[in-house]
Amino acid sequence: MIEITSLSKHFGPKVAVDNLSLTVQKGQVLGFLGPNGAGKSTTMRMITGYLPPTAGAITIGGVDMLDDPNQAKAKIGYLPESAPLYADMTVEGFLAFAAALRGLNGSAKKAAVDKAISTCFLEKVRAQSIDTLSKGYRHRTCLAQAIIHDPEVLILDEPTDGLDPNQKDVVRNLIKEMGKTKAIIFSTHILEEVEACCTRAVIIDQGRVVADGTPDELKRRALRAGSVHVKISGQGSQALAADLGKLGHAARVENPATSGDTFTATVFPKSKTAISALSTEIYELCRQRSLLLQELHEEPGRLDDMFRELTSQNKV
Amino acid sequence: MRHIGIIFKRELASYFNNPLAYVLVIIFSILSMGLTFVIGKFLDLNDASLTSFFWFHPWIYMIFGPAIGMRLWAEENRMGTTELLLTMPISAWQAIVGKFLAACVVLAAALASTLPIVYTVYHLGNPDGAMIFSGYLGSFLIGAATIAITCAISALTRSQISCLLISVVICFILVLAGFPSVTDFLRPTMPWLADLGNSISFWWHQSEMARGLVRLQSLVYLITLSVFSLFLTSVIIRSKRA
Repeated sequence: MIEITSLSKHFGPKVAVDNLSLTVQKGQVLGFLGPNGAGKSTTMRMITGYLPPTAGAITIGGVDMLDDPNQAKAKIGYLPESAPLYADMTVEGFLAFAAALRGLNGSAKKAAVDKAISTCFLEKVRAQSIDTLSKGYRHRTCLAQAIIHDPEVLILDEPTDGLDPNQKDVVRNLIKEMGKTKAIIFSTHILEEVEACCTRAVIIDQGRVVADGTPDELKRRALRAGSVHVKISGQGSQALAADLGKLGHAARVENPATSGDTFTATVFPKSKTAISALSTEIYELCRQRSLLLQELHEEPGRLDDMFRELTSQNKV
Repeated sequence: MRHIGIIFKRELASYFNNPLAYVLVIIFSILSMGLTFVIGKFLDLNDASLTSFFWFHPWIYMIFGPAIGMRLWAEENRMGTTELLLTMPISAWQAIVGKFLAACVVLAAALASTLPIVYTVYHLGNPDGAMIFSGYLGSFLIGAATIAITCAISALTRSQISCLLISVVICFILVLAGFPSVTDFLRPTMPWLADLGNSISFWWHQSEMARGLVRLQSLVYLITLSVFSLFLTSVIIRSKRA
């Protein structure tokens, strides 16, 4: 549905997006992650036809954005980063304007406006002037504009930014639901959001893709993934760090900490397949020394660890 | 065409949902007629023509045009709605033309508000209708040109006030270039510059057309200036994104 090939964007000497390629299929919700200034918004602005790329190609549903921008734009719904709106219009008037620009008129336009209003829960404010709306409603009005023509492709730049937890939940569910029939790219800083509603996550840094996979795959690639977290208490537990490190399947021990007679640490196995053997060794060690093994669990890996590991290089 | 119409309608509604357009129309009406009666001594001239009325128009447009046009793109740039508008399946020129036409309607409304003075001259004497028409035509074309120039400046900035100031300066130069005190000063030493001043001056074209002299040169100049400014607007909008 969305095909991006070797996309680059330079602003003067600054390279914002560097040879980026990406394909998103129908039914995929792609979470677009990256630190501030990584090139997320620039990429989305190029996909939606707002910024012309310095090099590369963008195809939306088989239509080339550079050759036939109007045809390609017609297939896209776009929520820009700051959710801009015409403040002097009413919610309904604005959506009717957006629908008209999308080529809808008459009863089809009215039906589209009504549907977008109910999908985005805007009934209460439909006749209200946009400049009197709260941030949450403004955001949803802009989202309603993006889905008014039932597009095949949705590009959402931080769709949950500035919303309260309930509103965030509403928008996430909406994205998840729409993702079944559309190709969606949305950017966010909130990593739980990616786990909650994405089928795929792409992390970019300095204009390049540094990771691409399902949220679970990415989590497993985090350095801590597959390590064993232990919490042990009893007499002599303080001196355990060295002993744990000497176990047959242990590679190293990290973050050892003691408080009172309780000891916690993360033990890394020599290989990811040795986790259960390592767990058994830890259990045996505690049994021999009559220590209480309070906790023992495998770290599933966390997306924010992965994010930090991949994007904190070359940073001050 | 359809897209131009949609943009035009939104922009026009936005003008008249706002007190600004009404205020501008009223100010134009009071200024153009008031100056004619007070400074132009309309009644003392004993002349059934509107020459003295049109005489003031370029001076009023110098501020009126920028005041109408300043919000066209500066406001979009400030609110970020340019991004919304230009990712719709329309081209930039459709948006530019739609907006420009809406501003021209405000201009037309302002000119329509001065019709009482036309009634007055018909009441007082027997004026030349063609002359009045050509005066209004010149006035409208000059007003449209000041709006188009402002439109281009407006695309450059997100501040309506800086757009207003810059546009007023440009329009001021374009009015003054053909003003007698300027051309009389230039003519003895640089006659070609005085001629150039006349040919680019709103003031000169307006006074010629108010006398009933509709030259092809005037029409071509004023229309070309508007079209060129709108073209420049599209170049600015495109280059700002590159």
